[in-house]
Amino acid sequence: MIVYGYRLPGMSSLLLWGLLWEIVGRAGLTFFVPPLSEVVVTLFQVLGTAAFQKALFETAYAFVAGVAAAILIGIPVGILMGKSRLLDELLLPWVNVFLSAPLTALVPVLMVLFGFGMKAIIVTTTLFAIWIIILNARAGVRQINKSLVEMARSFGASPLNAFFKIYFWAALPEILGGVRIGIIRAVKGVIIGQLLISIVGFGALFELYSANFLMAHFWAVLIVLFALAFTISEFLAYLERRVSYYAAKR
Amino acid sequence: MSQIEKLIMQPDPAALESAVSVRHISKNYGPVEALRDLSLEFPRGQLTSLLGPSGCGKTTLLKIIAGLLEPTSGEIEVNGRKVTGPGPDRAFVFQDFALMPWANVIRNVGFGLEMRGVPTSEREAIAERYIRQVGLAGFEKSYPHELSGGMRQRVGLARALAVDAEVLLMDEPFSAVDEQTRRKFQEDLLGLVQNENKTFIFVTHSIEEAVYVSDQIAILLPRPSRVHEIIRPSSFRNKGVDNIRRDPEYLDIVDQIWASLRSYVE
Repeated sequence: MIVYGYRLPGMSSLLLWGLLWEIVGRAGLTFFVPPLSEVVVTLFQVLGTAAFQKALFETAYAFVAGVAAAILIGIPVGILMGKSRLLDELLLPWVNVFLSAPLTALVPVLMVLFGFGMKAIIVTTTLFAIWIIILNARAGVRQINKSLVEMARSFGASPLNAFFKIYFWAALPEILGGVRIGIIRAVKGVIIGQLLISIVGFGALFELYSANFLMAHFWAVLIVLFALAFTISEFLAYLERRVSYYAAKR
Repeated sequence: MSQIEKLIMQPDPAALESAVSVRHISKNYGPVEALRDLSLEFPRGQLTSLLGPSGCGKTTLLKIIAGLLEPTSGEIEVNGRKVTGPGPDRAFVFQDFALMPWANVIRNVGFGLEMRGVPTSEREAIAERYIRQVGLAGFEKSYPHELSGGMRQRVGLARALAVDAEVLLMDEPFSAVDEQTRRKFQEDLLGLVQNENKTFIFVTHSIEEAVYVSDQIAILLPRPSRVHEIIRPSSFRNKGVDNIRRDPEYLDIVDQIWASLRSYVE
């Protein structure tokens, strides 16, 4: 946006909202919203504490493991579904059901199956992320130009070569889109898991702070979480733009 | 042109060695008969066009020769060996170029070699040579979306030449490029047929193009497809690219082909 001839950097509007927050906080309308300045000060205090670093590690561990499983399983399954009619008929109904199902309701079942520990949290994270990754990889493969597949065959590509050198790359723009949305969903999954299954990580911090009315702490952790999720999502959006030059021309 | 010269320039077709033999090929798609008992010989080192109205199965026949489609019955032989699938003795040039949009020109041209396990440095050296040959020197690092349609098809051609197959299969290669580029392509193709010792099989729906570039034209008629006629232009091939289109024989053959095809064009 350009104001009075000055080009404002992206997200300058956040300043305005931050100001509003500060005013509401200082007005003392509700204990629920402490002033932003207080939250920021608390944030830097919290960052150094052992409790926060432990929470960050536990959450990051569950998140990374869950997302990695979702990507490593989701992309090949999606590509295979896009290539094989049989596999598609078998799996597509389930993928669609789980994509739209309220997965939170399934968490108790997961607790029975996987226990009350890290394993169940990782599985929850994976379940939140994987379906959209599968669907997007499948969609990416299905729109591949048929002559590109014939080209690979006619120049003697083995099935493995065709998979890694043609299908994967041709579907990459859709795959990255799916991974980006999947990761956003995984953030939800990991926090829900940590709140419902076992109170660890950021989930434990949220529980602790809100139960003790430490609102500045609560908001500080929330801001950290938002910032992390936003950064990851923007990084993937950047990767998506890197391949968008050929997305329209396959 | 005297009788004697004509004899020299028109060798007896039976005496020519076949690089590709199509024997009694039939192809059905369910109840639809696309090709019925089609037989055809493709002389070595020459360019044969498959010409016919749309839906006559010329692309189907080409893909069967390429090993991309299986015939319902009949067999194909390339250099005496039966075709069971795609092979290194044939290279395909696609109508829509079929370039990998995520790879630059040199990787696209080297793709066939990459699939054969040729090491990177050697592959790039070969690819560079063919990129230069098709007139794209300086564009090695460009991506397909940065090139015009004509240039993209030159990449497709270089890729097919790079694997040094004996038989080049071209599926309406110039139909997606503009008229002026197409004329240049046709001239270049004549040079290629003369200089490379390869057998070209060329699918087109343009009568003029077929007569201009071909040593032999197979006219296919549809439903179900069969070879209606084989024409071997004789007198204008060596008169130079600029004179072909005014040659009386060229004009006669174009008229003759149109006469046999017109009733099949709705």
